[in-house]
Amino acid sequence: MTARSGPPILLLRRTFLAGLGGALTGLALGSRVGVAGPALPPAVDEAVKAEAAAEGAGLRPNLFVHVTPNGGVTIACARAEMGQGVRSSLPVLIADELGADMRRVEVVQAPGDPAYGDQNTDGSHSVRGFYDALRKLGACARMMLIAAAAVRWRVPASTCEAHDHAVHHPATGRSLGFGELAIAAAKLPVPQDILLRPRVELLHVGKELPLLDGPDIVTGRAIFGADVRLPGMLTAVIARPPVVGGRATQHDASKTLAVPGVRHVVPLPAPQPPFAFQPLGGVAVVADDTWSALRGRARLEVTWAPGANGDYDSSEYCEVLLAAVSAPGHVVREVGDVVRALGSASKRVEATYHVPHLAHAAMEPPVAVVRFDGQKCEVWAATQNPQAARKEVARALDIAPDQVTVNVTLLGGAFGRKSKPDYVVEAALLAKATGSPVRVQWTREDDIQHDYYHTVSTQRLEAGLDEVGKVVAWRHRTAFPPIGSTFTDTTLSVPGELQQGVLDVPLAIANVRAENCEARAHTRIGWLRSVANIYHAFAVQSFIAEIAHARGSDPRETLLEIIGPPRLVGLEELGVQSLPNYDQPLAEHPIDTGRHRRVIERVTDMARWSDREQRNRALGLAVHRSFLTYVASVVSVIRDPEGRLVVDEVWTSLDAGTLVNRERVRSQFEGAVIFALGHALYGEITMKGGATVQSNFRDYRLMRIGEAPRAIHLDIVDSDGPSGGAGEPGVPPVAPALANAIFALTGQRVRELPIARSLKV
Amino acid sequence: MKIHLHVNGKAHALELDPDMPLLWALRDHVGLTGTKYGCGQALCGACVVHLDGEAVRSCVTPVSRADGRAVVTIEGLSPDGSHPLQKAWVELAVPQCGFCQAGQIMTAAALLKKNPQPSEVDIDTSMAGNLCRCGTYLRIRAAIERAVAEKGKGG
Ligand code: FES
Ligand code: FES
Repeated sequence: MTARSGPPILLLRRTFLAGLGGALTGLALGSRVGVAGPALPPAVDEAVKAEAAAEGAGLRPNLFVHVTPNGGVTIACARAEMGQGVRSSLPVLIADELGADMRRVEVVQAPGDPAYGDQNTDGSHSVRGFYDALRKLGACARMMLIAAAAVRWRVPASTCEAHDHAVHHPATGRSLGFGELAIAAAKLPVPQDILLRPRVELLHVGKELPLLDGPDIVTGRAIFGADVRLPGMLTAVIARPPVVGGRATQHDASKTLAVPGVRHVVPLPAPQPPFAFQPLGGVAVVADDTWSALRGRARLEVTWAPGANGDYDSSEYCEVLLAAVSAPGHVVREVGDVVRALGSASKRVEATYHVPHLAHAAMEPPVAVVRFDGQKCEVWAATQNPQAARKEVARALDIAPDQVTVNVTLLGGAFGRKSKPDYVVEAALLAKATGSPVRVQWTREDDIQHDYYHTVSTQRLEAGLDEVGKVVAWRHRTAFPPIGSTFTDTTLSVPGELQQGVLDVPLAIANVRAENCEARAHTRIGWLRSVANIYHAFAVQSFIAEIAHARGSDPRETLLEIIGPPRLVGLEELGVQSLPNYDQPLAEHPIDTGRHRRVIERVTDMARWSDREQRNRALGLAVHRSFLTYVASVVSVIRDPEGRLVVDEVWTSLDAGTLVNRERVRSQFEGAVIFALGHALYGEITMKGGATVQSNFRDYRLMRIGEAPRAIHLDIVDSDGPSGGAGEPGVPPVAPALANAIFALTGQRVRELPIARSLKV
Repeated sequence: MKIHLHVNGKAHALELDPDMPLLWALRDHVGLTGTKYGCGQALCGACVVHLDGEAVRSCVTPVSRADGRAVVTIEGLSPDGSHPLQKAWVELAVPQCGFCQAGQIMTAAALLKKNPQPSEVDIDTSMAGNLCRCGTYLRIRAAIERAVAEKGKGG
């Protein structure tokens, strides 16, 4: 399979699947909350097929698969590549189903268009949502090629088979290449019932697949958002209001305009709440090159009015959240009578946990290039959500969406940030205002200070134990400004967020209640890789270890006891009316405690839990199901000679159902460990006067190589069950496993992240 | 000011602000976009290039400092991606999003030139200035070790 790096302007990344001797489930990051499942692309598109047939271009039964008369196979990847490996994974499903020779398969990146089905690459659902649908796209083409060969040979189609880029008739030993059949196949009717191959015939799916874009990345040829160059293109940097909802009351651009290379200074409209995907406003400096734009912006004098969020102080806000969880909230889950059971318990355990705002800080800051001729608009952007970008750009320019083409570049990381197209709209407004193609380049400071932040949260947990130490009552109160506040004026989080570690946690406890406490947002809240699972899993999995300590038992035994015996946990047992379940029916993706137990057992075997007490080293354990994938992690912590706490090794067992690309699943889970450890140890965004205090990697600290664990051991449960996510589920169990290990080593319980606030790390 | 850059063996004479960081000169004026902007403050290493064989952060290197000197970027590290580090990077599928990787490879290449047999500590120390938000650090270590081993085999 190969990627061809085309000239950036015309074709972004056409890449061949070559070298695919052997197969990646790469998955999407970021997440959607409470939205419908993915719209699937149709396996048959008569218009596309007819057009290709009429042009003699070969067989093109749908937008995704094209078999040319010279035997080339082109497959479109409609989802965005941000490091999760979709481009190395999804096309393989189609090509394998077709029976293609991977060396002759070329991958092209699809533009943003509803005709490709849902393209919003987040919620870890690229494989989960598309597994069968993508196979059908390839199967349709395969059946038509077989039909064409059967007509030619006058044999029943059922006696022919497709593999190695050809159709074969084993009885007579005849073969015809896909290329030789393409024109004839294109004239045939499309099959009514599309039959998928038996799983064993998929030769590459589930294997370790090579990295499609690897060769381009290591030679500097890969095209990311900032690498797109258009003739006559100008570069813009924007001075944005420091406070969300603030505005520039006046600006003096005289010194800016004196900088050589600066062409325009353009004030942008201030957004109206709810802020959604609107740009933040401010003043743009548009110049011949990046350096002139940066110098120009540095000389701009702007007076800002802070607006309604000018008083936001995140440390004071912790008190607001604490007050919220200290009072009853809306009951969202109820079994038995928690109040009575807590009242009559022989022992009570209580704890409050706090997780701060976090920034996405993808390695490539947001960037977009837009060309607009007054009627048609073309966009090149590092975006997770090209269809939303298309819609927002069309709205901003007041043109029809079909006048907007959105080309998706490599993303340079995203983690949920790049599904919000505010920066694409900025480029569109500036292309219109200046009459030139414009690239909007965010600096790292812009990125850290104007993010759609991971929310800030406080969790209060209370448990009641009976006289033998059995947990008989569990109350969980959660408070965090909801993602919905970015889109409507709301203070109430929704089931899409609460399903992530509140509603869906299996608890073999007779009396359970969860309460949703309201919280008002004072900045833009967005989704960050694994979303609400981050703070819910941190609280719940830390708390279970606290219960173990309170009753003097092994944390692993306590965890298994609270999860309870292997079973499918239904709505009634959960004590909820309904569960979004990541947009999948519970019947297909049940909450299966057998799978929780299995990953716990496997990870603790692998990490030698029974040997956990060693001098100067301790282990911590946590388990969490998210995005329909079950993950348990063990973290080991040691104390170095200077007395600092160091993460030494991490073990993760995961059950993600059927995989497409085992190699990219492994890389996602390795990356998730580093991502989660970095946040738990150092990650924190604070706000004062409504403005973000941190501005670059100097004060928004990420994990560095010397701080990374010595080893990450992964264990993947073999499964042919329905696919779960892979990009996000590795994150949630890591922080609580780390906190539990620190407690085991030091006796100090971390209830507030980041750990660097309270301990020497 | 007229600046003479020798980038990947090719001479360029450019009229530039002497304070312009080498990064922007390479990206916007020489047209080589393999070198990345990640922070602009010498904090992430995405912009590392070689200046007369030394790894430098091009985001804080004024282009005037490169005047008349030899610059090697990721595009010029090898003619065809065959540098032992590039090969090891592909074999071990190191990149995730890929954005930091040019800087990682250029930093590692400068390390191996100076120290062909680096220890684990040498690797961690030399690579400490290169952030990877995707968290590919363990594979970066492994790929450097593999490149060292391959070189050893090849004599
Ligand atoms: S861009 Fe130069 S070190 Fe980050
Ligand atoms: S691979 Fe994405 S930042 Fe390193």
